[in-house]
Amino acid sequence: MSHSKWETVMGLEVHVELATKTKIFCSCTTEFGGAPNTHCCPICTGMPGVLPSLNKAVVEYATKAGLALNCEITRYNKFDRKNYFYPDLPKAYQISQLYLPICRNGGVEIEAEDGGRKVIGIHEIHMEEDAGKLVHDPHTNSTLVDYNRCGVPLIEIVSEPDFRSAEEVIRYLEKLRAILQYIGVSDCKMQEGSLRADVNLSVRPAGSETFGTRTEMKNMNSFKAIMRAIHYEANRQIGVLEKGGEVMQETRRWDDNLGESFAMRSKEDAQDYKYFPEPDLIPIEISEETVEQTKKALPELPEAKRLRYVGELGLPEYDASQITNSKALVELFECNLAAGVPAKELANWIMGEVMHMLSDSGKEPEEMTFDYRYLGALIGMVQKNEITRNTAKKVFKAVFEEGCDPVDYVEKHNLKTVTDTGAVRAAIEEVVAANPKSVEEYRSGKEKALQYLIGQSMRALRGKADPQTVTAILKEIL
Amino acid sequence: MELKDMTALELGAAIRKGEISAVEAAEFSLGQIERYDKQFSCFVTVQEDVLQRAEEVQKGIAAGAFTSPLAGVPMGIKDNMCQKGIQTSCGSRMLAGFKPTYSATAVEEIMKAGAVPLGKLNMDEFAMGSTSETSFFGVTRNPWNAECVPGGSSGGSAAAVAAGECFYSLGSDTGGSIRQPASFCGVTGIKPTYGAVSRFGLVAYASSLDQIGPLARNAADCAAVLGEIMKQDRRDNTSVATKGIDLQKVLHTDVKGMRIGIPADFFGEGLDKEVAACIEAAAKQLESMGATVEKFDMPIVKYAIPAYYIIASAEASSNLSRYDGIKYGYRAEHPADLLDLYTKSRSEGFGMEVKRRIMLGCFVLSSGYYDAYYRKALQAKALIKAAFDRAFERYDLILGPVAPTTALKIGENLSDPLKMYLGDIYTVMINLAGLPAASVPCGFDGKGMPVGMHLIGHYFDEEKILGAAHAYQQVTDWHKRKPTQLDRI
Amino acid sequence: MVITDELVTYLEALGRIKLPEESRAKAQSDLQEILQYIDTLSELDTEGIEPMSHALPLTNVMREDEVQPSAPTEEVLANAPVKKDGYFLVPRSFE
Repeated sequence: MSHSKWETVMGLEVHVELATKTKIFCSCTTEFGGAPNTHCCPICTGMPGVLPSLNKAVVEYATKAGLALNCEITRYNKFDRKNYFYPDLPKAYQISQLYLPICRNGGVEIEAEDGGRKVIGIHEIHMEEDAGKLVHDPHTNSTLVDYNRCGVPLIEIVSEPDFRSAEEVIRYLEKLRAILQYIGVSDCKMQEGSLRADVNLSVRPAGSETFGTRTEMKNMNSFKAIMRAIHYEANRQIGVLEKGGEVMQETRRWDDNLGESFAMRSKEDAQDYKYFPEPDLIPIEISEETVEQTKKALPELPEAKRLRYVGELGLPEYDASQITNSKALVELFECNLAAGVPAKELANWIMGEVMHMLSDSGKEPEEMTFDYRYLGALIGMVQKNEITRNTAKKVFKAVFEEGCDPVDYVEKHNLKTVTDTGAVRAAIEEVVAANPKSVEEYRSGKEKALQYLIGQSMRALRGKADPQTVTAILKEIL
Repeated sequence: MELKDMTALELGAAIRKGEISAVEAAEFSLGQIERYDKQFSCFVTVQEDVLQRAEEVQKGIAAGAFTSPLAGVPMGIKDNMCQKGIQTSCGSRMLAGFKPTYSATAVEEIMKAGAVPLGKLNMDEFAMGSTSETSFFGVTRNPWNAECVPGGSSGGSAAAVAAGECFYSLGSDTGGSIRQPASFCGVTGIKPTYGAVSRFGLVAYASSLDQIGPLARNAADCAAVLGEIMKQDRRDNTSVATKGIDLQKVLHTDVKGMRIGIPADFFGEGLDKEVAACIEAAAKQLESMGATVEKFDMPIVKYAIPAYYIIASAEASSNLSRYDGIKYGYRAEHPADLLDLYTKSRSEGFGMEVKRRIMLGCFVLSSGYYDAYYRKALQAKALIKAAFDRAFERYDLILGPVAPTTALKIGENLSDPLKMYLGDIYTVMINLAGLPAASVPCGFDGKGMPVGMHLIGHYFDEEKILGAAHAYQQVTDWHKRKPTQLDRI
Repeated sequence: MVITDELVTYLEALGRIKLPEESRAKAQSDLQEILQYIDTLSELDTEGIEPMSHALPLTNVMREDEVQPSAPTEEVLANAPVKKDGYFLVPRSFE
């Protein structure tokens, strides 16, 4: 940030929807979407007299997440009620954990601003239920209420105020997402709201030890939006302080279209959640044995993978870190590695063409729909000199965009490298004959003319010849 | 024997033997309702399909589908238990017209036993009260004296049995709501151990204290009903697996050698002398049957009411927050905005006692007061449980009064909530400890109003409580007496 | 603890209820009386006593993660006072 006199301090509250089949307290599906109020029952719509019935998988997933994030697991768990009135909350209380959250004192290692490593502390993780969705109805100027999402299990991951830049926040979120995806507890799709981050932000004079007054920002639906919202809010607070004003402790709603955040009107002066232990649910004890078994069953996590990719496979640090940040990229990498594709070549392709196509299309790695084995097949064709590197890039575009089988595609579009040197020679001879002026120039010492002739020859061969072979033959003729 | 003098088990046996059909029994009960309910207002709703149901059950009995000793017996359900398609009002304007799309587990279980439900029974609004005067659907009256309250909150459930409008009923008990009206109306009622009967489908008042239980003419009937509904339910996380009730064991209980303790603290200030005399007499009776009876100290008694009202109000304030005019229930017209919809719907939908407990509950949970009130009450609860655990090391059962007085006159306590709360002194501590306890008729006061004795057992000792009560009822006839005015109506 | 008029207003706001004007004073004095009585609990020595939510020491009652059919939307909305196109409807509630 440009204001070097100020330091930004942030902490994150990340809500992650768990990928269980059913809701946390009833057996309705957690499937995303659906016509309004079709994934509902008396329990998740808070009908009179119904009771919650805890889903075993929620406790298992939360334990897994806690262990993967280096937390201590609470052995004796309880649920509490958080009471507040809002139409998306049919019981008017959310079943959550206040007094005894399932996980505490964890941490995630990220790359720090200075290039070193930094641990972001995790204060706690608790289990809770998601709320429903509100839709504005312009015809009646009313709000429509859909309880499909109501009761979908969430874990809320509360970090320590350890972030000092927006970049750190994004790196942490990427890491968090990768870990949670690896262990299979969530799909972490921001666009579907299965990963949502609220940012607590304050600023203070550089070098100060005390925290400034913080605001909480909500409603950022992408990493980009989080980035923008942080910059906006830090600048706003610095602006207020530099004018001698005071930052108000408040919740602010980010509007990504306007690029601004707005203080949410406090519905009532008093926000008193009146927490108390949930009487309808009995305590959950997690045994030492369960913790040990869960720990053992965890797959290799991003950090271990990264170290292995560097140490055993010889990948550059940066490549290893980028690939291991995404479960989809890891799968792409590992399935082809297992098929015998050389690691470095594979990594080059992922860091090059794959990243390139992702950024061009604005997609997240997990949105790649092609058969991951196609990348290996494509690399194989290049290595066997069946297609040129340039052709391969074009073919990959078709693989990425349309899911084409590269072997079929090359066949169908007749893209194989022309290996018949006779045919190549004939094509080059034609080019030489048709460009006497360039030939003359080359012979008088102009290297540039050779490039032109190579280009013309490749063009005549529709790019299907090995450029080195073409150069060699051309030189020979000349 | 005349139908009106039969117990539920006697009627069930007669139906099984073919001496009377389930349809005839249902017709009889509908006639009783027709005859008495204008006077006593026990029912909020009388079901339209009673005779069809009776016919269905009769066929089921013949086909061997219903084998319960209660199959075909007409009964009533307190109006805070959901029954699919039937208005479940909780005695509140808030839920007038609310027809659940699901049934309470206890209702499902009793239906599986071949029950013929006559309808839904009146109660204090949302089960908050001890008089059954606060219902939106009118005041239920005591069949022993229509000028008196039947007790509450299961006043309809107790009065309907006392008036002979049904053979047994289901009630719920959060702080005495089965036992106190049973005592006031001269019927037998038991609140089972917390967790013994599923709470699924019981509209919550105070979740950690609510329990469903039966009210009937005697202990044997209660045991039979309890046997049908006392089953573990995976839909209620707090429900417990039990052995159930062995009716034969209950019927053959001998109190000889039973050790019965009486907390001396139950006989302090506030206890009506005539009530005390009835309890002393019952103790002597049990002693003469071979039980040993002794008094012991239980000083924690005086903290039970404060602890109870803190916990119950706190949970109620949260449980009743879902009534917001959006998903079901009363919705105020033309709200200016969302806040107005909430406030108006709830202010117009809830009565005064409910509002009072919501406010009290909000207070004890609000930030800054939680530790001094709610947390402290949970500590008192732990101490009360510990005191009972200690007592049950020495005693099989604990005996005492159910309520400090007999039924009061209608309107007498309505304007003085604290006075009404103090009437719950003997019952609320049982809910706090989660213990089973029954009210068993044991005499009458000078005005001819019934008195109930409180038999409290340790966890899951329902058989022992009802067994002792049954033995007592073999040698006494308090439970057989009927209000003489019934013949004049 | 004194139940002031402000506290009554605060509790009304917390509970989303409004007492009728004519019964407000009575409600205030009733609450005061009840609270005074409840305050006797403070005499009880609870030092070192673990607060008890559940009388029976049950733990770990859980359900398998198996999907059951949801209720038909007509049932979900059956008791809704106001509904539209499969939704519940409330007054505008966006900031």
